[in-house]
Amino acid sequence: MTRALSERSVALVDVLDRLLEGGVVLTGDLTLAIADVELVRISLRALICPVEADRDSENDLGRRP
Amino acid sequence: MTAPRYVYAIGRALDPADLAGLVGIDGAEVHRIAHRDLVAVVSAAPADEDELRARLERLDELAVVAEAHHAVVAAVATQTAVVPFRLATIYRDEHRVSELLHQRYEEFAALLDRLTGTVEVGVKLYVEERAPAPAAPSTSGRAYLQQLSQRHRRRDEKWQHAAAAVERVDSSLGALALDRSRHRPQSAQLSGAAGDNVLNAAYLVPTGRLTEFTDLAERLAQDEPALRLEFTGPWAPYSFTEPEHGDQS
Repeated sequence: MTRALSERSVALVDVLDRLLEGGVVLTGDLTLAIADVELVRISLRALICPVEADRDSENDLGRRP
Repeated sequence: MTAPRYVYAIGRALDPADLAGLVGIDGAEVHRIAHRDLVAVVSAAPADEDELRARLERLDELAVVAEAHHAVVAAVATQTAVVPFRLATIYRDEHRVSELLHQRYEEFAALLDRLTGTVEVGVKLYVEERAPAPAAPSTSGRAYLQQLSQRHRRRDEKWQHAAAAVERVDSSLGALALDRSRHRPQSAQLSGAAGDNVLNAAYLVPTGRLTEFTDLAERLAQDEPALRLEFTGPWAPYSFTEPEHGDQS
């Protein structure tokens, strides 16, 4: 999967830097907003850094509340 | 209208015709919600909030949503100055988006003033990882420890040089740019790039000075043989949307 990401014309990893860390942050009306996107980022980091993640816990790093 | 709305960006001077044919998340038609000279670029949001949250937890689905969001922002940014929104900002209905434009008009207007005529350029610097010299077979524990400590010293020196070079490049580019911002260095596993990413920066550059900026970056990188340069963008100014007065609820 990671190979596919880097082969996109605009690399997903660069898009995600901007869409998860940049842009105007507003809570919006639905609960799916800052807190949840933070969660996404945490899961994503678990996926990006499996070595570090493995060191912290066997699995399920992304499922922590 | 009580259908939830996904907000991609806020811009100015956008006609409905400018958005014709543009589709966003899940193929939803993109339209505008205007207030005075401000225009929110929106589409219908996915109906099931829980499902969307679950999707964003999966990298392949996150990629689909992120690319849809980015495609809309990029398309609008070719027409007008935009303030891009973060992924998955959703309002209950159109009225709530109008309220947002009304309540924070001054803030968005000021941001648009600042971002008009600019682009964001991504600059990444890498230190190429050279293959370690083949170690002579260690004859003793002491020889092994010496080798190890030498290797560590070389590595420390390499990093110190790289860090100093990065600061030189960043400060020269920052002097030409209107603003700069740093993202976390990227993991090679996700980017697929060779070497260690030692700078993952974004610079806000006047559109008219884009070539001057990239030329300067290339010259600076040539002077730093330890570093490899990579550009991304130009982007809509995602990394420069912080309001002057900090966080908000």
